Amino acid sequence: MQNLWLIPAFPFAGFLANGIFGRRLPKMATNFIAVGSVLLAFAWALKTIFTLGDLNAPYVEHYFTWIRSGEFHVDYEFMVDRLTAIMLLIVTGIGSLIHIYATGYMAHEEGYPRFFAYFNLFMFFMLTLVLADNYLLLFVGWEGVGLCSYLLIGFYFRKRSATTAGNKAFIVNRIGDFGFSLAIFLIVVNFGSLNFGTVFSAAPGKPEATLTAIALLLLVGACGKSAQFPLYVWLPDAMEGPTPVSALIHAATMVTAGVYVIARSSVIYTHAPAAMEVVAVVGLFTAVFAATIGLVQNDIKKVFAYSTVSQLGYMFLGVGVGAFSSGIYHLMTHAFFKALLFLGAGSVIHACGGEQDMREMGGLRSKIPITFYTLLCGALAISGFPFFSGFYSKDAILLAAHHHAPWMYWVGVITAGMTAFYVFRAMFMTFFGKYRGHHHPHESPPSMWIPLAVLAALSVFGGFLFKVPTILGTMFPTVEEGEDIALMAISVAAGLIGIGIAYFLYVVRPGLADTIAARAGGLYKVVYNKYFVDEIYDATVVNPLITGSRTVLWRGIDAGLIDGIVNGVGSQSKGIGGILKLLQSGNIRSYATWVVFGSVVVIVAMGIAGVAR
Amino acid sequence: MNLLDIVLCTPLAGFLLTLFLPRGKPQWVKAFTLAVSIAAFALSIGLAMGFNSGSSKLQFVTDFIWNASPEIHYHVGLDGISLWLVILSTLLTPIAILVSWRSIDNRVKEFFGLLLLLEFGLVGVFAAFDLFLFYIFWEVCLVPMYFLIGIWGHERRIYAAVKFFLYTMAGSVLMLAGIIFIYNRAGTFNYSSILDMLGSGRLSFTTGEEMLLFLAFFLAFAIKVPLFPLHTWLPDAHVEAPTAGSLMLASVMLKMGTYGLIRFCLPMFPGASRQCAPWIVILAIIGIIYGALVALVQPNMKKLVAYSSVSHLGFVVLGIFSFTQMGLDGAVYQMLNHGISTGALFIVVGFLYQRRHSLEIKDYGGVATVAPWLSTAFLITTLASIGLPTLNNFVGEFLVLQGSAQANFRWTVFASLGVILSACYMLWLYQRVFFGETPEGVRHHMHDLNLREWVAIVPLIILMAWMGTGPQTFLPPVSSSTAHLLEQSKMNVPLRVHAAPAPPINVVAEARHAH
Repeated sequence: MQNLWLIPAFPFAGFLANGIFGRRLPKMATNFIAVGSVLLAFAWALKTIFTLGDLNAPYVEHYFTWIRSGEFHVDYEFMVDRLTAIMLLIVTGIGSLIHIYATGYMAHEEGYPRFFAYFNLFMFFMLTLVLADNYLLLFVGWEGVGLCSYLLIGFYFRKRSATTAGNKAFIVNRIGDFGFSLAIFLIVVNFGSLNFGTVFSAAPGKPEATLTAIALLLLVGACGKSAQFPLYVWLPDAMEGPTPVSALIHAATMVTAGVYVIARSSVIYTHAPAAMEVVAVVGLFTAVFAATIGLVQNDIKKVFAYSTVSQLGYMFLGVGVGAFSSGIYHLMTHAFFKALLFLGAGSVIHACGGEQDMREMGGLRSKIPITFYTLLCGALAISGFPFFSGFYSKDAILLAAHHHAPWMYWVGVITAGMTAFYVFRAMFMTFFGKYRGHHHPHESPPSMWIPLAVLAALSVFGGFLFKVPTILGTMFPTVEEGEDIALMAISVAAGLIGIGIAYFLYVVRPGLADTIAARAGGLYKVVYNKYFVDEIYDATVVNPLITGSRTVLWRGIDAGLIDGIVNGVGSQSKGIGGILKLLQSGNIRSYATWVVFGSVVVIVAMGIAGVAR
Repeated sequence: MNLLDIVLCTPLAGFLLTLFLPRGKPQWVKAFTLAVSIAAFALSIGLAMGFNSGSSKLQFVTDFIWNASPEIHYHVGLDGISLWLVILSTLLTPIAILVSWRSIDNRVKEFFGLLLLLEFGLVGVFAAFDLFLFYIFWEVCLVPMYFLIGIWGHERRIYAAVKFFLYTMAGSVLMLAGIIFIYNRAGTFNYSSILDMLGSGRLSFTTGEEMLLFLAFFLAFAIKVPLFPLHTWLPDAHVEAPTAGSLMLASVMLKMGTYGLIRFCLPMFPGASRQCAPWIVILAIIGIIYGALVALVQPNMKKLVAYSSVSHLGFVVLGIFSFTQMGLDGAVYQMLNHGISTGALFIVVGFLYQRRHSLEIKDYGGVATVAPWLSTAFLITTLASIGLPTLNNFVGEFLVLQGSAQANFRWTVFASLGVILSACYMLWLYQRVFFGETPEGVRHHMHDLNLREWVAIVPLIILMAWMGTGPQTFLPPVSSSTAHLLEQSKMNVPLRVHAAPAPPINVVAEARHAH
């Protein structure tokens, strides 16, 4: 018995401690509980994985029955296999770093213990999600991380935009969960169980149509959680939350849960090729679509938010073309470099006194050098610069895509170019040229830059050190990937070209970009306004729903039609009511007498009826 | 006299004694009624402890002839379905007394006495196994609620009370006619005997009779649930009722309707139930979506919660008429869940009302800043209400939707939309009331929970978490009874069965666990 339950239990204890007593505890104690509980979870995960050794077969721990109805039952059961092991280490490892960072970043914020209570609660649910051995327990984590995301996006709850963004995140995720829960129902109907082992061993024998339906419904859920088109709209708004939240939840861990679920359900997907194709196309489209929006954003966090949407699209492309291990590989490297980019952005924002608009930055290279050099590592990694972490994983996905369908590779390469461009655009606007703001920038405290340095190291060496496809090896059906130097060179070149154009536009000839934007006119406006997708959703779904409910359903049917009839009938009987009123003395004893009297009348009446029979 | 009789008689005795308490001592009345209701609750816990959850037989039975001709039995007993509903009634009564402690200052004696009378009626409804006895308890519940709304309600209380009364009476008169008809055939009101006769074929109805009888009972229960489109009494009753009235109405009284459907309609009229099931399910699904959409646009908090009840109770009806084990288990469980979480919602809305003296959402904002614990309690209740896993409603909704998926997957697709919408209206409500800047009007009046309020709300929050994470404490007796009931509802069913039977669940040997 490895006591896997301890891994999520540590942060849960931290949540309870800080949530209930936090306001009475000194700040040091809050830090100690919050960071300590996550470090303990990390340590316990490491210990478990080392003890379990090669994990060729999944290791299962069964606790007790959660829900039983007839023959069907769902249990509390946790499981570790190689995929879970990787996820565990990413979540607890990156989670620890970001918790440490947050003690510095949030130091002067109101509601400090509340922040860490939510943060620990998030860890609890995320760990439940990756440890779960059945779909329903996974769904507990799945909805739970959504809750924490909602709470943390709306952390500054006095700000209306923040709480609105929180609601939006929760509700859009609920739309995705609508699909996810239907998938669960369909699995139970067809398999009689939600246990992974049971479902996956029976899946190959089921009709393809059933598996396709389940796979597509799971995809709807994954699109919500992992911000894929058309349900990506909540993620950019989620940047209203404090930056550590963006790094941990909206970049490194929670948003990758959709990729995890698809990889976890790989048996279902591989037997539903049509659904796989949809996953790949959705991912690829989202990757390009979000990248184009990222090209023109001026808020540094918004750039990285759209970048996250785009990179998640990459992961979907990977798992969609059957390269499950490459998708998870990119999930891991992305967790390294995107957490780094967000935390670095947080450090920049911190330095500039809360400013997020890159047009108010510039020339920060000499003022906050540690932030600059660490961020540079992240930027090179995401651009697929040779031998940085992103290079390995992106290359694996693109090769698999080429093997599946060459056009997907080419679209992926163009996206890679755009990615390099917008990330370096952000780098150049922030760190090069002259400082355009008014605050006095200062370097962040060690609690913030040490996690940055660790993440920078991981962004540089992580891809080389942790070869996920080798580790996962036999878990997934192998795709013939093979090395192809030419394809690799093309994608690297695309990244370099993107960096080059960004350098030319924002360092060599600053101002040229604005001229181009002005020339492009209408097109620029459409992209700058994110293709007006939010506005379209409001106009076609949200507003009709609210107006329709108010005027047609409530005022029309409820108050108008139904109550009209009821009151009509009621006024007819008012005459009778006038007589009955005399009986109402308001005296309970007399009323009780009437009840008895009435009962007697009824009994007598029935006696007569009985005789009449 | 067994424990159930004692639980049943305690509130009645308490009510009668309250009448003799001095009028000038309101504190005595409150303390006395609270003590009685806590005693009844403590005793009812004994029912759960002594209950054999593996058996579908009636337990704690008392059966003697109360009236020889016509033959009326005092026949009470519990199965797994009524067990928890009795305990729900006894749990919520002391809480209702606690939340009324300060807010009721006129006719104190009558108010708290009526709460005990209501408790008596509710326990009786869930324990009665004689049709006539059931009908008496059914009417006994009606009276105190009518007065609670009519005397201690808000501005339009008379309209709401009369509407409540007429709606319910309209249905129960038909039910009474049905009961008398059955008596004429069976020669007894004793429900167990009637079921035995139906089972052995000594009593049978023609298809037409069965359908009419089913409709007579169904209408009475559907109004009580309330099922769309018979729900319009509910929002008015809730808005006008005092907090305790809303609490008891939403948490327990609505379950009289769904309980009646399960207890009487399914076993007595299985053929008609199954024949009407597709239509009833459509009404339930309309109720789920319609209730949620109308809740979305309510400017009044209590009305919002009332319409959300229409939506939630739709799930219960859906579960019942799915005719599957999971659907029925889920329906019964969801009755309890709704009682806990919607009851808690009315309580916290009552807390807000007592401070700000308004139910309009627009009069609030930024409460989280000034009353963080009140806000936390409301948040947890909200999350329970929208079916967040680890809290109670999730388990019930999951079982209901799973059950309906096994009967007809399309039902589940539409009903699941309600789960999305519930997040919309509740989170929007929460945002407008608790988040944002705090206006002066709110800052001036708002203070955090006091000890009495803590005591009232914490048990419910604990139950939300317990019922969400450890449903096996509660489900086994329910399952035994619903399995039995499902068997009963298969008897005498002609071949035209509409709801498809659940596919066999094959628990494949969990090979991987062998490692």
